[in-house]
Amino acid sequence: MTLISNIFIPLLVLFVVLYGIIKKVNVYDVFVNGAKEGVEIGISTFPYMLGMILGVNILIKSNVLDFILSFLNPFFELIKVPMDILPMALLRPVSGSASLSVLNNILQNFGADSFIGRLASTIQGSTDTTIYILTLYFGTVGIKKIRYSLWVGLLADLVGIISSIIVVSILF
Amino acid sequence: MVNFIWAFFIIAGIIYGVITNNYEVLNTEILESSKTTLEMVLKMFPLVALWTGIMNIAKESKLLDKFSKAVAPILGKLFPEIPKGHESLGYIASNIVINMFGLGNAATPFGLKAMKSLQEINKDKTTASRSMITFLVLNTTGFTLIPTTVISLRMMHGSANPTDIVITSLIATTLSTVAGLIIDRIVAKKRACKK
Repeated sequence: MTLISNIFIPLLVLFVVLYGIIKKVNVYDVFVNGAKEGVEIGISTFPYMLGMILGVNILIKSNVLDFILSFLNPFFELIKVPMDILPMALLRPVSGSASLSVLNNILQNFGADSFIGRLASTIQGSTDTTIYILTLYFGTVGIKKIRYSLWVGLLADLVGIISSIIVVSILF
Repeated sequence: MVNFIWAFFIIAGIIYGVITNNYEVLNTEILESSKTTLEMVLKMFPLVALWTGIMNIAKESKLLDKFSKAVAPILGKLFPEIPKGHESLGYIASNIVINMFGLGNAATPFGLKAMKSLQEINKDKTTASRSMITFLVLNTTGFTLIPTTVISLRMMHGSANPTDIVITSLIATTLSTVAGLIIDRIVAKKRACKK
């Protein structure tokens, strides 16, 4: 599988350039023009990313999440889900790098092949940073009213996290 | 909604930080966030430029059109509002395929191009269209065959079988993707009826 991953991009580039030459496209000029547009896209995302990173960093570094989580403790003990997975589940939709560092800690403290290690890995691998994606993609094209997208995305994340807990419990 | 969440992050974070005497950390975090953002954008935008360059060749050579037409029968069902053979279908399909291989960074430029292309056929330029929302739901559920980052992290921490989470991830991501698409469709239909 890793081999497929590694060879996919070189083959894609080869194929596109080859096809362009066959169809008599000025591949170099066209590439540069496209890249110019990419630079504009990249720079226009800055203000949106700045806003989101400011908010997320304040939320995470102030430890207010741990405080909120302490109220949820009893509930999670009741349904027998390890408490240590909660920050992971809450951070995953908000920040990819933050949840990755939580995953890193879990793997270090509990071992990669522990139940919670596998669960955290599955959650990280099966969902994506919803809030980041919405901010970046809508911001880039100047959409202000995002309608129902946020809560559909978060609801799907919740389904993903619950499925992870169930699937990992059954298979391991 | 985003306004509210953003304000909540900042207000809750700062108030809690001040109460718990943690404002020194807050001070650095607030000032550092611009630097962090710049580093992230600097890391991302060369990649975006690289792929929009390559994609431009695919567009000029009509390869993208061919691809869009080929995936139209499948994606057309998910995106009923996109005209058949529209180039956005090509970008959407590229984004999904590259994401499936766990190459999130390479997939983003295609996603951004897809959004730009969807914006061209969007009637109200400040409001998200139904197709945009469906596309982003597909992205936020993170449908991946191989979660490369997680696997390498598990290797690093000495897992006996680092890839044994591929199956569980695949099941979980499939369930969340299907759930996301179903909820998206139901809500979109309800909204359409109200109008």
